[in-house]
Amino acid sequence: MTRIVKIKRGLNIKLKGEAEKQIEQISPVLFSIQPSEFRVFNPRLLVSEGDVVQAGTPLVHDKRDERILLTSPVSGKVSTVIRGEKRKLEHIIIESDQKNQSVDFRKVQPENADRQQITEHLLKSGLWPVIRQRPFSIIANPDEVPDAIFISGFDTAPLAPDMVFVMQQYDLDTFQSGIDVLKKLTSGNIHLNVHPKSGIPEMFLQTKNVQINQFYGLHPASNVGIQIHHIRPVIKGDVIWYIDPQDVVAIGKLFSKGALDRSKIFACTGSEFEKTYYFKTIACASVSGIVKNNLKQENARIISGNVLTGSTISKDGFLGFYDKVVTAIPEGNYFEFFGWAAPGLKKFSLSRTYFSWLFRNRSYRLDTNKHGELRAFVMTGEYEKVLPMDIMPVQLLKAIIVKDFELMEQLGIYEVAEEDFALCEVICTSKIESQSIVREGIDFMIKETN
Amino acid sequence: MKPLRKLLDTLKPNFQKGGKLYFLHSVFDGFESFMFVPDHVTKRGTHIRDSIDLKRTMSMVIIALIPALLFGIFNVGVQYYLAQQKIIPGFEHISWKEIIPLIGFWKIFFYGLLKVLPIIIVSYVAGLGVEFTFAQIRGHSINEGFLVSGMLIPLVVPPDIPLWMVAVATVFAVIFGKEVFGGTGMNIMNPALLTRAFLFFAYPAQMSGDGVWIANKPDVISGATPMSLAAAGNTESLPSAMDMFLGFIPGSIGETSTLAILLGAVILLYTGIGSFRIMFSTVAGGLFMGWILNLVGANEYMLIPSWYHLIIGGFAFGAIFMATDPVSAAQTAKGKLIYGFLIGVFAVIIRVLNPAYPEGMMLAILFMNVMAPLIDHYIIQSHIRHRTKRALQLRNKLSVTS
Repeated sequence: MTRIVKIKRGLNIKLKGEAEKQIEQISPVLFSIQPSEFRVFNPRLLVSEGDVVQAGTPLVHDKRDERILLTSPVSGKVSTVIRGEKRKLEHIIIESDQKNQSVDFRKVQPENADRQQITEHLLKSGLWPVIRQRPFSIIANPDEVPDAIFISGFDTAPLAPDMVFVMQQYDLDTFQSGIDVLKKLTSGNIHLNVHPKSGIPEMFLQTKNVQINQFYGLHPASNVGIQIHHIRPVIKGDVIWYIDPQDVVAIGKLFSKGALDRSKIFACTGSEFEKTYYFKTIACASVSGIVKNNLKQENARIISGNVLTGSTISKDGFLGFYDKVVTAIPEGNYFEFFGWAAPGLKKFSLSRTYFSWLFRNRSYRLDTNKHGELRAFVMTGEYEKVLPMDIMPVQLLKAIIVKDFELMEQLGIYEVAEEDFALCEVICTSKIESQSIVREGIDFMIKETN
Repeated sequence: MKPLRKLLDTLKPNFQKGGKLYFLHSVFDGFESFMFVPDHVTKRGTHIRDSIDLKRTMSMVIIALIPALLFGIFNVGVQYYLAQQKIIPGFEHISWKEIIPLIGFWKIFFYGLLKVLPIIIVSYVAGLGVEFTFAQIRGHSINEGFLVSGMLIPLVVPPDIPLWMVAVATVFAVIFGKEVFGGTGMNIMNPALLTRAFLFFAYPAQMSGDGVWIANKPDVISGATPMSLAAAGNTESLPSAMDMFLGFIPGSIGETSTLAILLGAVILLYTGIGSFRIMFSTVAGGLFMGWILNLVGANEYMLIPSWYHLIIGGFAFGAIFMATDPVSAAQTAKGKLIYGFLIGVFAVIIRVLNPAYPEGMMLAILFMNVMAPLIDHYIIQSHIRHRTKRALQLRNKLSVTS
């Protein structure tokens, strides 16, 4: 039973540097697992420097639930373990031997396996963390049965990869077996959400065991939080899982081939890259090969992820566990003489306070300048324009700031994650960091409810 | 602008922690960020940001105020020369259409400028002085809020107001209306309106009656505003609706011309800064109450066409520039509608039914400023109930369809 959802509010930010539709195979030497990427994950290191590992060899587990493993994405040896302040585990760097040998996880037919076996298989391989849950946007709890599983089959974020193009690189059978595995994990439906305007990957339409929902509208329509909100809202006590389509393929490969293969298609995008393109490599890879000799200028910021939610990495940093884009945009560390008073023909703004509204379809080369200083909440009705949810954003943020547990619950903290507030943060006149506030709120809720 | 930037960079260390002039750091930062958008880059969260900031927003409001300001300046001159001309026998019924060619546009404008400019300067100096002092004492950066308040204040006072009163009232309003609550964004009431309320209650002789609305008015001339004419039941001697719409009537400096104010409204709405909901519902509330009073019709004032309320007194100015102040208004979408509507209703009620206060707009807005959080509270409560209901409904729908 398909559902059609029209998202009326939102904002598509057009940036320069979209990826050209050609794929290159890239085989970096270094890979890094970063336990700090995962919220409420308390890592214990299981290997030491110099150990020989294969793809799928456990590197760390969660102290609170030792079944949840982060495994090596490639075969090779553990080259360095980097710890930060208070011995916090930051990077476990693996040097690949370029053989990509996987631990032999046996082939399993999802039809013949029960839920228990499937869960164990996913946990053992280290693929489990690709499944996340709402509320809170954390790694799913293997003991819970989700009310539904959501897959967002498109991406409306700035400079996002074209999912039609990306999914063309995979075959239906593997994707289908991934779906069959997931089907065993939930008591409800698997919702595969598509966006007819930006194209529907051919294989989605042939996939069985899923409910296809059509979404129309601007970003953040592709955020799984928005989709869940419009299809099956989360209230207290509910659990919904979600997963990226490319990770469904990885699950399919694990079950049909018996090997861990986290290779994915990534997009290299952004105005500061000379060449923008798609590349195939294994998750958590080093970006140095992509960035080197490909930057238009040195004063650029490299982001693993998109410009809204990604994290800043160095020029020889690593792709994040969930990320599928590398973006380079100019740094904005300059002073602008009477910048706030300029006519602003080239300044991006949702409001019409700069004359750039004359050119609606312009693509921008935006930098990281904040264009102003932090202020108290002054303007009202701004956030609502870009948050297509039945949620009062400012009131929720204020409830978080004063740590009012009950009010946060009532105003919908279970339904949101940082990424849903990213556009609010972009357009905020007072330059308030909404995503950090939401993160604080979620951390607070996790602490209070556990 | 490199030389200026270099100069600032060399001066900067003196104002930073450990520098000799550290005690003036807020002032320095204020001037620096006024001239140069700072080089701050995003550290966490989104990597890109909208170009809008509070400085841009506030300067847009000031631009929206310019038509009302320019017209106000001109009208101060017009009213002065009209009054001067009317004492001459034979010229008792001269109108603004005749006076402009007689005296000359620029001469009239210059007279108005001479009257209004000092008020603007005093309002800014007094208000910014307080802002700077508080920013300095608290060690936070200087907020832009007063840039608009400082322009609103001269526009809502009579042209003949003594300058020291402007200064005293501004200082009072900024301290007790804003700074004690924590500065821009935290205030409960609109500071500019509070200034006017302070003047109104502290110096009633200079703020009401018929004597104050025309600069240097000769005693023999009546300086009654349409408001006071209507309040006295003297509705036949009201100026023509066109004159009241264009604004060639005695009154506070910036509030007489509905046309100029509407121009400002267009700018505010088009740039997305002003709230259409508030403007619309305030006007609707005023019209509605005017209509109710028409039905009652107990006296002359109740019988004036309800849309007259929109073009006399400070109704239009209040609806467009005062009620829409985002900080002191209701903050929820539905709350804004209720808030605006009640402002319109109360403004007309106070005007018509309360003989003590000829103008009701100021008090209506201040009253609703105080009530706005209460309105929001109930809107939020109903939102919470609705949210849970919606979630359960969607879920049931899903279990039926799947």
